[in-house]
Amino acid sequence: MTTSTLPDTEMKSGGAPRRANPADRLRVFGVSLPWIRRVSILIGLALALFLPFYMEGFGVFQLTQVLYLSIAVLGLNLLTGFTGQFSLGHSAFMAIGAYTAGIMMDQWEVPYYLTIVPAGIVCFAAGFLFGLPALRLEGLYLALATFALAVAAPQLLKYEHFEPFTGGVQGLDLLKPDSPIAFLSNDQWWYYFSLFFGVLLFIAAWNLVRGRTGRAMIAIRDNPIAASTMGINLSLYKSVTFGVSGIYCGVAGALSAIVVEFIAPESFTFIFAILLLIGMVIGGIASIPAAIIGGAFILYVPNFSEMAVDFFFGGDPASKALVWISFGAAMIIVVYIMPMGVAGFVKRNLRRLAR
Amino acid sequence: MPDISMVELVQQVLGGLATGAIYACIALSVVMIYQAIDHFNFAQGEMAMFSAFITWQMIDWGANYWVAFFVCIALSFIGGMAIERIIFAPLRNAPVFTHIVVFIALFQIFNAGAGYIWEFTIREFPSPFPERLPFDTTLIGPHDLGMMAVVLIMLGLIFLFFRFTPVGLAMRAAAAAPDSARLVGISVGMMLALGWGLAAAIGAVGGMMIAPVVYLEPNMMLGILLYGFAGAVVGGLTSPGGAVLGGFMMGVIEPVAGMFIGSELKLTVALVVIVTILIFRPSGMFGRVVVQRV
Amino acid sequence: MGKMFKLTTGAAVAFVAGVGVAAAGNAPGVTDTEIKIGNTNPYSGPASVYSTIGKSISACFNQVNAEGGINGRKINFITYDDGYSPPKTKEQIRKLVEKDKVALTFQTLGTPTNSAIHKYMNKKKVPHLFVATGATKWGQPKKFPWTMGFQPNYQTIGRIFGNYILQNHPTSKVAVLYQNDDYGKDYVIGVKDAMGDKYKQQVVKEASYEVTDPTVASQIISLKNSGADVLVNISIPKFAAQAIKKMDAIGWKPTHLLNDVAATIASTYKPAGLEKSKGIISVTYLKDPNDPEWKDDAEIKEWRAFMTKYYPKGDINNAFNVYGWAVCSLMINVLERAGNDLSRDNIMKMAASFKKFRVRGTLPGIVANTGPDDFYPVEQMQMVRFDGKGNVRFGPVISAETSSE
Repeated sequence: MTTSTLPDTEMKSGGAPRRANPADRLRVFGVSLPWIRRVSILIGLALALFLPFYMEGFGVFQLTQVLYLSIAVLGLNLLTGFTGQFSLGHSAFMAIGAYTAGIMMDQWEVPYYLTIVPAGIVCFAAGFLFGLPALRLEGLYLALATFALAVAAPQLLKYEHFEPFTGGVQGLDLLKPDSPIAFLSNDQWWYYFSLFFGVLLFIAAWNLVRGRTGRAMIAIRDNPIAASTMGINLSLYKSVTFGVSGIYCGVAGALSAIVVEFIAPESFTFIFAILLLIGMVIGGIASIPAAIIGGAFILYVPNFSEMAVDFFFGGDPASKALVWISFGAAMIIVVYIMPMGVAGFVKRNLRRLAR
Repeated sequence: MPDISMVELVQQVLGGLATGAIYACIALSVVMIYQAIDHFNFAQGEMAMFSAFITWQMIDWGANYWVAFFVCIALSFIGGMAIERIIFAPLRNAPVFTHIVVFIALFQIFNAGAGYIWEFTIREFPSPFPERLPFDTTLIGPHDLGMMAVVLIMLGLIFLFFRFTPVGLAMRAAAAAPDSARLVGISVGMMLALGWGLAAAIGAVGGMMIAPVVYLEPNMMLGILLYGFAGAVVGGLTSPGGAVLGGFMMGVIEPVAGMFIGSELKLTVALVVIVTILIFRPSGMFGRVVVQRV
Repeated sequence: MGKMFKLTTGAAVAFVAGVGVAAAGNAPGVTDTEIKIGNTNPYSGPASVYSTIGKSISACFNQVNAEGGINGRKINFITYDDGYSPPKTKEQIRKLVEKDKVALTFQTLGTPTNSAIHKYMNKKKVPHLFVATGATKWGQPKKFPWTMGFQPNYQTIGRIFGNYILQNHPTSKVAVLYQNDDYGKDYVIGVKDAMGDKYKQQVVKEASYEVTDPTVASQIISLKNSGADVLVNISIPKFAAQAIKKMDAIGWKPTHLLNDVAATIASTYKPAGLEKSKGIISVTYLKDPNDPEWKDDAEIKEWRAFMTKYYPKGDINNAFNVYGWAVCSLMINVLERAGNDLSRDNIMKMAASFKKFRVRGTLPGIVANTGPDDFYPVEQMQMVRFDGKGNVRFGPVISAETSSE
């Protein structure tokens, strides 16, 4: 990319509509930022493709969990990071997605791979419908309304008149067939199955925020009034974003139901919604790859905390409370070092290194 | 449709007011912190629980109730200020979501810390009020009445503090216009710390009033926090009086909803009511409507 | 590795044949000096009140190890926090089975959490022993030959309450308070089962609460207003204590049938007030450490000595600690009898062959019995009435030998 050093001339001569990002000019150790981005995506993809072959089943299972958690964090990030709507209720959308897939598999014996898209569609509808009344709410008021949704979701799932479908308090046990490909173990197959949807949704998110829609979303976040004077239909964009965010969480929920093979109202409490929020902030707000970091953080860091506490206290359960104390401490330390999340930290330091 | 008896309605409303006093306690400290930092502290409930445990520990060691009560308020005040100075002061310029993560982290640290120190079994917490009322009634208990009185007294004190004391006025100034406040010589950082300290102290009183009703255990605030927040938000985050009223409303809405639709979905219905109120009054019932400027 | 197993009902039946086949070597996690046992418990989250069970079991194995282990092997008890969240349980259990390579799991706690791993454990053929839940589904040796329960199940206790009402209060109006989850609803099913058509006639009001509800005050008010004179109360200690206090405050004095989970002196009656708790009827199978009747009981003395030495931080009044200590004796006995054949098959075989085993810490006369088609170890209970000081037993030891299907 020799032209990247001369973006101004490129703009003049080519007259291309492509926006010039001033950061694209910067170089770190002689490599331009877009190239760093491309190379890291390639490395990431290669790791994602080959890692499962070097891991035992349990490790692959954890990676699969990271995948669906990342998808959910990305969904939340699209809403909060790009349109500035604050949600504490995304566990409810995951629950809707998981139960859509679960009910289809359990009641109507639909094959699992046909349940993902419907789960996304149902959650789009749910998100859009919830987004409509939420339009009038901002900041903390929206946070409360969504939090209410997260708290009410388990109670609705248990409601006796829905019990024939939801299995009520007993939850749904989901059977699924084995890996259709001989050289892949079941765990590996579920991993690649989830990876397929993960990659698809990440690319979609990328295109969404880099395009016209994304610019409108960011305008709404940064200055809603200016955005509306520019002719952006605030209500439509806000509720559609809620719906799109719902799609991500719905697919994540459906994948979680398939991977864990069991869903119950206890699987989707508001604690889960809070975890997603932690993942989003730690990863980095308004950054797409950050969702993967966030998903990994909320899965692995509690595990590491437990390992560390078990190591220092010989596995004595009396010290288990320290796990969550150290998880809390880990969160505080991370935001101290990286107040803008991991993505913000990386971005800033790359620019600092750049010459 | 179940038949609704008037007797039950009266009892439920009075019982709801008693529960509402619990929510109002938390709503007050939520509003207090909102006045200072313009945000919720999600760990508010857990801090109140921790304070109540400290009182319990002092009483268990043989301290007199009132000594423990006031020592706990003082400790909570200092603790609240310390949290602001040590944890939040370095993060002053970080984005608001970073603060939220720290609130959640504090939530976990207080919750797990209390579990680590005091275990999860429920404990009795003494009530400072007499066992029986001077007149005979089954409609409302002495502790319920006492708790309502305490909430109203706290409300009055907060009102007087913000309206008439120089410190209160300085705090309001620091929250409303930090830059101008700095120009007239108000230490904004100190005011923030003071706000934290006061919110923690109010929370401590709330915790000590709530614990005799729901019993003391590390998770006792889990359910209360939602209603406390809801009360504060529905009442209006900028109005302490509105928050108390909102807290009482939350207490009443839920059981009355339960009378009509049964207990299985009463939480859901209560939440629908909250959202509906917010849709029609997006800044709460008594909140200041912030006029947006381009 | 998972592809080796085809999970169909047919294959599940084939597992049964597996039990009893001569063992081909010891289970993973067993060496000449060690046996690894896995466990999950809610050390955090809304169900953490049960965490003391995991702690007391761990202390129990510390005692075993301090006294020389079992047949020369020390117990390595690995317990993880699942926060009562089913997906987390699945993850932790897979870690235990696949990474830590435990020989078996023991006392994994909770119904939704155990449901999430029920099939996995049976697919992997790992003993899933003495689960800490009273749901009915843990004793199905034909379908799930690797899973076994421990305590009398909730439905059985519900049936005992139902029968009690039919016999002693055949014309009373009944009110029911229950926790809105599998635990609460299972008892209600039991009561319904026993009362049949009479349930609809006699039960005038049902009310439920969520475990995150702040109080049950409004439920108690509405139950009182139904005019009921019998209350079936299915709640955990915190809410049971609240209910007792509230009933006293509003002057409601029905016949109070309280479930076993809450019928303990230190965690319910004392916080609620001993006077106010007088007359509460319950069903139990454990000795309450605060009951004056067991003050000088040899087993409770032994338990106190154990608590002082091995779990000094634990609450000496908490009946959950008796529970942990009691169920631990079952595990110890299984491993002792298995001797040096510590294959998973043999462990399962030993677990399924308790013959009148006296479980320490349970009421006199209560023994554990299991067999190839009886996977419910403890099924005996006795009704008790609280007299202000202790739970006084009345009536015979009720044996609800639910023969497993």
